[in-house]
Amino acid sequence: MSQNAENIKPSYPLFRDDEYKANLANKQNNFEEKHEAGKIQEIFDWTTTEEYQKINFEREALTVNPAKACQPLGAVLCALGFEKTLPYVHGSQGCVAYFRTYFNRHFKEPCACVSDSMTEDAAVFGGQKNMKDGLENAKALYKPEMIAVSTTCMAEVIGDDLNAFIGNAKKEGFVEMDFPTPFAHTPSFVGSHTTGWDNMFEGIQRYFTLNEMEDKKVGSNGKINIVPGFETYLGNYRVMRRMMEEMGVEYSLLSDPSEVMDTPADGQFRMYAGGTSLEEMKDTPNAIDTLLLQPWQLVKTKKFAQTTWKHEVPALNIPMGLEWTDAFLMKVSELTGKPVSASLEKERGRLVDMMTDSHAWLHGKRFALYGDADYVMGMTKFLLELGAEPTDILCNHANKRWKKAIETMLAESPYGKNAQVHIGCDLWHFRSLMFTNKPDFMIGNSYGKFIERDTKYKGEEFQVPLIRIGFPIFDRHHLHRMTTLGYEGAMYILTTLVNSILEQLDKETMGMGTTDYNYDLVR
Amino acid sequence: MALRQCAIYGKGGIGKSTTTQNLVAALAELGKKVMIVGCDPKADSTRLILHSKAQNTIMEMAAEAGTVEDLELEDVLKTGYGDIKCVESGGPEPGVGCAGRGVITAINFLEEEGAYEEDLDFVFYDVLGDVVCGGFAMPIRENKAQEIYIVCSGEMMAMYAANNIGKGIVKYAHSGGVRLAGLICNSRNTAREDELIMELARQMGTHMIHFVPRDNVVQRAEIRRMTVIEYDPTAKQADEYRTLAKKIVDNTNFVIPTPITMDALEDLLMDFGLMDEEDESVVGKTAAELAAEAATA
Repeated sequence: MSQNAENIKPSYPLFRDDEYKANLANKQNNFEEKHEAGKIQEIFDWTTTEEYQKINFEREALTVNPAKACQPLGAVLCALGFEKTLPYVHGSQGCVAYFRTYFNRHFKEPCACVSDSMTEDAAVFGGQKNMKDGLENAKALYKPEMIAVSTTCMAEVIGDDLNAFIGNAKKEGFVEMDFPTPFAHTPSFVGSHTTGWDNMFEGIQRYFTLNEMEDKKVGSNGKINIVPGFETYLGNYRVMRRMMEEMGVEYSLLSDPSEVMDTPADGQFRMYAGGTSLEEMKDTPNAIDTLLLQPWQLVKTKKFAQTTWKHEVPALNIPMGLEWTDAFLMKVSELTGKPVSASLEKERGRLVDMMTDSHAWLHGKRFALYGDADYVMGMTKFLLELGAEPTDILCNHANKRWKKAIETMLAESPYGKNAQVHIGCDLWHFRSLMFTNKPDFMIGNSYGKFIERDTKYKGEEFQVPLIRIGFPIFDRHHLHRMTTLGYEGAMYILTTLVNSILEQLDKETMGMGTTDYNYDLVR
Repeated sequence: MALRQCAIYGKGGIGKSTTTQNLVAALAELGKKVMIVGCDPKADSTRLILHSKAQNTIMEMAAEAGTVEDLELEDVLKTGYGDIKCVESGGPEPGVGCAGRGVITAINFLEEEGAYEEDLDFVFYDVLGDVVCGGFAMPIRENKAQEIYIVCSGEMMAMYAANNIGKGIVKYAHSGGVRLAGLICNSRNTAREDELIMELARQMGTHMIHFVPRDNVVQRAEIRRMTVIEYDPTAKQADEYRTLAKKIVDNTNFVIPTPITMDALEDLLMDFGLMDEEDESVVGKTAAELAAEAATA
């Protein structure tokens, strides 16, 4: 139609052409059984009311815009963090295409991951044959040094037994007996992506250490184990390394995909890059202790480290914001006897300086947020430290103990008095809250942009701008390279929050001769 | 004559496959064109018709060929005694995979390949003993079997199973055309068996369509992988199956069953002396405790 080969337009602005406007209107009016505009408006308005919110929160059977992803997605990320490791998903092909595109869109990077492509006969007879051929082919083609196996729903519903299947494949020589093949059952209808990460990591712990404990001694390698959990901010891996190195602490960062998910464009394709070495993983029981960066999401990992490795695994929170980064570094210092470095002390001082500089803008600003359990916990903590007020805090996969913990924390701060915590909820619940309890901003992943659109549709004064911190972020570039943990992470979050406030203020005070009394150069 | 699709259900080991094949042989003798669809991973629903150990199943051949799409109807459809068409869905060994999915895949394949479009009078689905998942209800989904016959005997567990299958049918009956067409009593020579099953049938809102007596000729025929009809057409038992076949041809008694409560079923069993009156005072007591009580009494 009106596309011109010399000037190909994307849907916007193309669909603003009169020809397309007419075409789209024709389609809506004649083929889509479109209701009259008044009725649409009436229903829209109704969905923004308290009355609708009440019905919405009584919803039992339906999830709309889930605030979570599925288990094998987490298992794949965990596997990507190990050296020369190929994530292998036992189950259907489409699931794996989904994991790969999900990571592609977030990291803007290719993602190597295979499926053994179970089809109809595998659903009936079980996937043993797929496992044998799959392992053999994947190893021959992609030459990994480890294959980490997880499952899709299909394999779980028919009850495929990974331990037996992988064992049989090895006994029959499809891969060598000593070829590393940790595995985890990751049914998507249970838990979320964070459960899947935890399960896969436990599988790796089990594979490399469960039967190798005789010659192990806690503390003998002088290292600290650091387990990140489902972590998509690549800067967080880097900041952990930097902080440990500045303190002169020997450490093992267990699962680190920051290289493979951020490879340089130098003409060479790297299917594998960086990652935790298998030797390092085998040595983990010899560490002084194991620290979990996302403890609410690493239940199985913790249990294994405590019962098999005999590590204490001290109770820490996610090292996010000021106080919890302090606690983390002091624990590292306590365990290793190495003092917190002067460089980190200076960095902390800078953060405190930034917090006081921006305090006037952040004080009393109201934020709603959603995301994974530990991230949401840490972000809430930091908001309280900044003097900002969390309004609605939503996490789909968190449990009641988490809810109690975060409520206790909120009750201890004057800024947490008006906060509401919601677990087991989705983004359609969150949408209701954005209308009925309008915050100044919402903080979350890209999916919040549709809520922002809806709030704006109600009227400029109802618009809740989205600040993108979380996973996934598909519609902005390179934010996955940022840092949210440690003092450095706090600086990034603070910068993002305060500048969102200032941009919003600029937007509101830009009216020539109307609102620009305060359109100041200096903020 | 319009195609009639019938499904045979019943407790495992009750004699569904044997009864079905003898019945179908009798129908063939009457000049009816019949197909048997075995819906059981054991794949023993057609052996008496084909004189074979076990027919190559749809799922087995699909696994060999790669996918179901690579199969052709003539690969899986065999013809045996009396021009009876035979297919077996097949399925996995115990302990792996999903047998229910196998039934779904196989029946979809038969439909897509037009197995039912031939000039048939009857299709019989011989379904695995105890319906455990959606796959085994596949034969009674929309546009498939409309008549269900339940094979049972005067034994307690067989009657429990029959009643449970009745409950399963009710779920599908209200949204579609599937109806209970009768109970077939495959005798185990228990006391007052015919009366008992007739009473159960009455309470479930149906009828006992036929009482098939026990006769060793069935086993003798089976050893030769034959139906009685074929092995010894003059046997008295062959006539029993012929009678059953005629009754099914003429059957118009199709109902939505009224399965009875557990209590009603237990009452029925007690009336016929298959079960003792329940003694609440002994529930949860060990043998030693009961002995001690008896001693003090």
